[in-house]
Amino acid sequence: MTREQIRAAVLAALGDVAPEADLAALAPGAELRDALDLDSMDFLGFVQRLAAATGVEVPEEHYAQLATLEGCIGYLAARAA
Amino acid sequence: MPSLGADMEAGTLVEWRVAPGQAVRRGDIVALVDTDKAVIEVEIWEDGIVEELLVPPGRKVPVGTPLARLRGASEAAPAPAAPARATAAVSMAPPEPAPPSAPPLAPARVSPAPAAPPAPPAPLAAEAPAARVRVTPLARRVARALGVDLAALHGTGPGGAIVRADVERAAAPAPAAAARPPAAAAASPVAGPAERAAGLRRATAAAMARSKREIPHYYLGTRIDLSRALAWLAAENAQRPVAERLLPAALLLRAVALAAREVAEMNGFWLEGEFRPATAVHLGVGISLRSGGLVAPALRDADRKPLAVLMRELGDLVRRTRAGVLRSSEFGEATLTVTNLGDQGVETVHGVIQPPQVALVGFGRIAEQPWAEHGLLGVRPLVHASLAADHRASDGHRGGRFLTAVDRLLQEPEKL
Repeated sequence: MTREQIRAAVLAALGDVAPEADLAALAPGAELRDALDLDSMDFLGFVQRLAAATGVEVPEEHYAQLATLEGCIGYLAARAA
Repeated sequence: MPSLGADMEAGTLVEWRVAPGQAVRRGDIVALVDTDKAVIEVEIWEDGIVEELLVPPGRKVPVGTPLARLRGASEAAPAPAAPARATAAVSMAPPEPAPPSAPPLAPARVSPAPAAPPAPPAPLAAEAPAARVRVTPLARRVARALGVDLAALHGTGPGGAIVRADVERAAAPAPAAAARPPAAAAASPVAGPAERAAGLRRATAAAMARSKREIPHYYLGTRIDLSRALAWLAAENAQRPVAERLLPAALLLRAVALAAREVAEMNGFWLEGEFRPATAVHLGVGISLRSGGLVAPALRDADRKPLAVLMRELGDLVRRTRAGVLRSSEFGEATLTVTNLGDQGVETVHGVIQPPQVALVGFGRIAEQPWAEHGLLGVRPLVHASLAADHRASDGHRGGRFLTAVDRLLQEPEKL
């Protein structure tokens, strides 16, 4: 997957769990949980959608690396086929 | 119209999912009802055949109004010997004396049916057709509204009575109202987001004001060491595909459900001046909506479901709650509510009980804290668990036992 494809997949997953969020205004370095008011159930849903879209099953101990949009893209870009 | 919550007074029928003549089984979803809080899928609790739909889509009716008439599966056919059901169906309509100008509608003096209600002497006997027509009040009202001549109809209800469906068939040769495409029926009656938020706010205001007015709350709290529970959870999740991972919330709910079985005074209702313990543990789960507001639908039989099932149902419940569609069995049937504000970062919750329940359990954020044990100071992940309980139903001693049980259960996560 290209970075652009990954970026689109991440935004789509976020749009699913936080449908009312204005993702266009999301800064690449903003903390997703704070910026989008995600609780742990939302975050698990986000990780599940990422797995479905990219094939990458993020282990719990790597959740911290998904804290921001750019973190997600960097993490997945290194792993997605 | 079922009561979908202690604070519900009326609901709007949004859509029928069944049509007259259709067989239904216990647990089937038969209708969508809009309360102030959410759109609820109404399940039916008996097997049978739908005989008549009594409330049209879009109408708001008080709790207790019959929505439809169901013939039991064992009852052979619509028979005149169904007075109780007929009465129930009739009772939703305002009493409506048969207008004297409509002689065919009065139970005619020539009726051979012995069970027919005593007929007033028919004043206009001469011109009255020999019809022995019985009409439900609703059918009569609908007929008047639609301009349908009842004398020309053939009744399909009990004893050949004319029911609303007959009138509607006559009014429109097209399929009856219930067969309309759901989308068309659902479009208008559902409240918009702003209305929904306002309705939810009102419902919460009413329930919480009642709670604080009527319930003498007492509050207990304790810190619980979650190091064992979280270590077990991390090991468990490392082996699970991402779709089956567990959240700490599922462990906490499971522990509360089992503790509620041990200390029965926390699980049930205060009704008519006495505590009535519940026979099952249906945990209300406080779920905040993204648009604002809080609802607490029930995770049914949480004490009898393995953790993996509970987790799956919790995820499903959160998703459907936020989408605004719940089932009637999830609404208003919780026996004990749990609120978990940990994700919002607060350490402690002092809850307000949802009447007529008698207790509410709150969990704060799971965070590392200093913890002394065996004379040593260490750092552990702790959660603050609180109990708000109704002092009419229990005393602090029992409440303390309950929180202690939650703690003990969480120390053996592999058994949850």
